This record gives sequence, C-alpha cells and structure tokens, in this order.
Amino acid sequence: MNMWLSHHWHAFFLALQRLVDSPLASLLNIIVIGVAFSLPTGVYMLLGNVQSFSGQLSGAPQLNVFLKLGTGKDAIEKLESHLKQHPQIENFRFLSKDKALEQLKQRNGMAGAVNSLTRNPLPDAFIIDAKSISPETLKRLRNEMLKWPESMHVQLDSDWMERLNVLLKLGQIALLILTALLSFALIVVTFNTIRLQILTKRNEIEVSKLIGATSNFIRRPFLYFGAIQGVAGGAIAWLIVALVINLINSELMNLVHLYAVDFQLHHISFEDSISLLLFSSWLGWAGAWLSVASHLWQIEP
Amino acid sequence: MISFSNVYKRYPNGFEALKNIAFTIKQGEMVFITGNSGAGKSTLLKLIGAIERPTTGSIIVNDQNISKLKNSAIPYLRRNLGMVFQGQKILFDRSVFDNVVLPLQICGFEHQSAAGRVRAALDKVGLLDKEKALPITLSGGEQQRLCIARAVVNRPSILIADEPTTYLDPSYTKDIMNMFKSFHQVGVTVLITAPTPELLESSQYRILSLSHGELVT
Repeated sequence: MNMWLSHHWHAFFLALQRLVDSPLASLLNIIVIGVAFSLPTGVYMLLGNVQSFSGQLSGAPQLNVFLKLGTGKDAIEKLESHLKQHPQIENFRFLSKDKALEQLKQRNGMAGAVNSLTRNPLPDAFIIDAKSISPETLKRLRNEMLKWPESMHVQLDSDWMERLNVLLKLGQIALLILTALLSFALIVVTFNTIRLQILTKRNEIEVSKLIGATSNFIRRPFLYFGAIQGVAGGAIAWLIVALVINLINSELMNLVHLYAVDFQLHHISFEDSISLLLFSSWLGWAGAWLSVASHLWQIEP
Repeated sequence: MISFSNVYKRYPNGFEALKNIAFTIKQGEMVFITGNSGAGKSTLLKLIGAIERPTTGSIIVNDQNISKLKNSAIPYLRRNLGMVFQGQKILFDRSVFDNVVLPLQICGFEHQSAAGRVRAALDKVGLLDKEKALPITLSGGEQQRLCIARAVVNRPSILIADEPTTYLDPSYTKDIMNMFKSFHQVGVTVLITAPTPELLESSQYRILSLSHGELVT
C-alpha cells in the first residue's frame, strides 16, 4: 500500500513538475481547453436557465376563455355551473372585465394609458386549469369552449410552451453535438501534448526501463499530466462561464426591471461544477492514455 | 549466480553475436569479460539484463531462467541488477541526486529513506558534495562514478558494467576499478567488460575472453 501510494505521489509530483517546467505552453493548453469547454458549459447553463424561466412563467398550462362583450350575468352563471360539473376541469376562476382593467392599471407604465380610455374595452373571462396537461386534451377543451355561444376567443397558453420545448430539445441536441466535438478536440490537444512530451522524455523513459521501471510506472505521470491539464481546463471553463453569467446578470437586471419580472441567470450548481471538473479531467486522462498507448511501446532500450 | 548454457544470439539481420556460450559465475565472484570490438561482450551483458533475449540456450540469473521470463517480469529482474551502461545513460536535465534516486523511486522507496541511501551511495563514490550539481558540470570520471552510484543505490546482488573505463584517463580508470573491487569485497557479484586484457594483466580475478562471439578461455 505504501509503495502504491509512493508511486502515485511520485507520478503526481512529476506531472506537476512537467506542467511548471513549461509554464507558457501549459498555460496556453489549459486556456485552449478552458475556452473550448466554456462553450458547451455556457450553452448548457443557458438552456437550464431558459427551462427554469419558462417553468416559472407558465406552471401548468391554462385556458383563458374571453366572453363576448355584453354577455349577461345569467349566461355567466350558467357557464360557471357548467364548468363546475365539467369532468376535465380542475378549477377555474372568473375574471370580470372591471377587475381585469384594474390589474392592467397596476402594471408598470399602464396607468396613464388605462385612465385615458373612455370605456372598458376588456371582456369578461374565465381562467381555467384543466385536469390533464396533455396537449391533445387541452386542444379538445379549447375547441369545445370555442363552440359556446358566449365565447369570443379561447387562448391556450401552452402553445408557446410547446414551441419553446421543441426549441429547447433542438438546443439540447446542439449541445450534445457541441460537447462531443469539443471533447474530441480536448482529447486531441492532450494526445498531442503527451506525444511531444514522450518524444522529449525519450531518454528518461529508456533509462527508467533499463533500471527496472514497469510500463505502469512510466505511464502514470503522463496520465496524471493529462488529468491535471483537463481539470485545470475545466476550472478555466467554469471561471469563464461564471464571469459571463455575472456580466449578463448585471445587464439583465435592468432589462427585467422594465418588464416587472423577477429573473436572473443561475450560476453553475455545485453538482454541475463537480461534474464539469470530473468530465474534463477524465477527457484529459483519456487523451493521455491514448497517446501513451500508441507511442510508449516504440521506446525500448 | 549467473549461468549460461549453450547460448546463441543471432540478430534479425543474420549476424551471430554469440555462439555456444557456457559458463557459470558464482555468487560474490568478480569476473572480467574481454575481447575486441564486436566480440560479443555487450551482447552478453544485455542478455543478463534481458535487454536482449537469447536465440537458443538458457540463462539463469539469481535462480530465474531469463530465456523463459515473461516481458512483464523483466522490470523486477532488472531491479536486482546494478547496471553501468556503455553510453552512461545519464539524465542531464536532472541533478546528481535526482539521477541516483531514480531506481529507488521506481522501487517505491519513501523520500526520507531514499535520500539516506542516495547519500550513502554518493559518499561511496566520492560525489556527496556534488549531489545538487547538474551532470554536465562533472568530469568524465565523475560522470562514470555517478553511473556507479545509480547502479549500486538499490544494493543489488549483481553489478554489471559495460566498459566502464572507456574514454577515461588512467588515473580515473584505477579509481573506478578500485570502486568495483570494494563492492566485490562486500559480497556483490561483479561482472565487467573491458576491451583489452592489458589493463587486467595484474588482475587476480577470473577473465572470460570472447572472440567473434565465442568463448576462448
């Protein structure tokens, strides 16, 4: 156990030393890996934020039934009792045109415009939560409500959600492709760095083999080097994304304030940060392993 | 113990470097192998360290049949051999200390005990005051002594040296030879190749002579 630990400590220390021995080249490699990795990480963060924002806005999809202007109290009561008995409706509330106007008045910048109106142009409306959230059921309900003689317009607010979800799915596919391509690039960068290291350390490898070093002993520092370079690249990617989120958030604050919405981009979660570092470290290790496997056997004393 | 029986070594280009070699070296013996250039001295040492494999015949080193040794077992065989190579194989980008500590790092020694052994080995070869120096700053004789320190630091039972005095002036040669004798005196089996027997005329040690790949004495 002591020998095993000693070998690993020696390999880790040697890998660090090799990083420090060529500081500029190492730094440039790490920055390249970091910048490359910040792209998929940034897209991932953006998609996550859009997803959470859309969920925050919509909750469960609702149906808004706008009644024809001049619909009488009796007709409204009749509709209310019909809605109460409807098997596919979870709950509903009636929003009178006066209350709707009042709510509109309270919105930022709308009070002046509302006060200038000579009459209330808004219709009475029912806001309905369906039991099912399946798009087919909601569409069936909307068609049914459109046929009511009192209904002027029925708005299903899940339409834009559906479109957004399709866009998010497309974004996720794009993210997967981007991650795969840039992961490949990281492996190639590490592969080439290790290949050059093996060439420059040829004498050392040869001597080590002559005095009893196993292949594992020789391979280990290169693997640690790849993993350290990968994890450092991952940390740079994390920093870039965190910096960009901070920059965007400060501008976003001004924008969302104008729309009276409470929203800001979330930072990378602790779990995602750990996953990012582990993944980038694994890719670095894999690149180093491939390089060592394809070059080390060529050096024999 | 080192034992060769009916060993042949033929290289892929057809050159027969060793023919029907058979001898035994007892534990603690000091033996010189002589012969002209191309006689097969270096090949013979390379066979002991499993750097080359025999074409036919068997080689026993420390009760291990090297001819049948798996590739994965070779590093462990080499850890029990101290080897001084003809081309020195010094790492010039590392200090004297770091060159000598390498075999101990390979064996997994902790830094503290490794440092103690390295200093003892450097003391033995008279380089203790140069442990931090880079090998390029050492003279030819000192570089050879560095190679000897690296070979003995792991306290091997067999020490083999391939022409350790080549390119050294006579004062260094005597120095280096005395060093090998001192290791032999403490029970290490020492095997040294030397190009000409003149150097060894007054030697009381056993001499194996090679000529065109064959053992002549």
